[in-house]
Amino acid sequence: MILFIKFDITAICKKILQQQLDNSEIDYSILSFGEVEIRETISDEKLKELKASLNNYSIEIVESQKSIMVQKIKDAILEMIFMEEKLPLKTSIYLAEKLNQTYNYLSILFSNVTYTSIEAYVMMQKTERAKQLLATNDMNVSEIASKLNYSSTAHFSTQFKNVTGLTPTQFLRIITKRRSLDNI
Amino acid sequence: MDTEPLIILVAEDDENDRLLITDALNELKTKTIVHFVYDGVELMNYLAKADNNLPHLLFLDLNMPRKNGFECLKEIRQNTQWNDLAIVILSTSLSETDIENTLVNGANVYINKPNTFDALVAALHKVVTTAYTYQNTFFNKSNFLLRL
Repeated sequence: MILFIKFDITAICKKILQQQLDNSEIDYSILSFGEVEIRETISDEKLKELKASLNNYSIEIVESQKSIMVQKIKDAILEMIFMEEKLPLKTSIYLAEKLNQTYNYLSILFSNVTYTSIEAYVMMQKTERAKQLLATNDMNVSEIASKLNYSSTAHFSTQFKNVTGLTPTQFLRIITKRRSLDNI
Repeated sequence: MDTEPLIILVAEDDENDRLLITDALNELKTKTIVHFVYDGVELMNYLAKADNNLPHLLFLDLNMPRKNGFECLKEIRQNTQWNDLAIVILSTSLSETDIENTLVNGANVYINKPNTFDALVAALHKVVTTAYTYQNTFFNKSNFLLRL
């Protein structure tokens, strides 16, 4: 039998982070998603240990200022797309307000650090969300299009095909056939 | 850029095609490390010995001697330890049904080999950046499907 599972990524990451920090017996405070204040001076050795234990969970302590901002942008985008309600209408305004920077600044920074643009990244994330929703079989293509704020189902299908080369229906067919292969 | 290079394995028996892929990958701005195997048996041996150094991406030619790409594809997907390996099929003459069949049997990407070098570079760019994003986020890799 197949179980369909939904993840609250933010909650999971926070839990793991707390566990690892508690294990290291460091006095800390979690400021926001992605920011932890260490309230004592710790040795390089201790920091290294902490880094290693977090690395086990693919959690990285990020060094450079630019990387930090890019990570914040990515996190904001993730939060925006994976929220339960409908997506905000304008990504640029949402990000600028959330991160307190001009969209222009965010855009240039993002492109410089990653190999892609904010628009492309948002498109990719929206498509991933669509794939998740398609794979769980709960909603049909129209409902998904509406949830992700596309002006029409056709628009959604076109964008989906632009990113993946497949229509949502083709994608679903392939995933379904793969599953029946696995069950043999 | 503080990012790790993408490790790519190319399984291709034709020397010209190997050179083509190498040149195209060299045009990309993304950091990649490329290894080669020349037929299906060599491919399966390479993967079996890879352990912790499994490549991120495999370019799989369907028409290789000794063991063809399709057999390798099925065999690779039977080994759940290699689920993180993204498989790219680069081919010229497949029908719609065959294309879908490769994706159903576990290929993540199907590229219809373009006619120009520039188009090939563009296609590889899309593949590599997508693979790269899957490497660095929590995306479910089994949803990594791309057709170019």
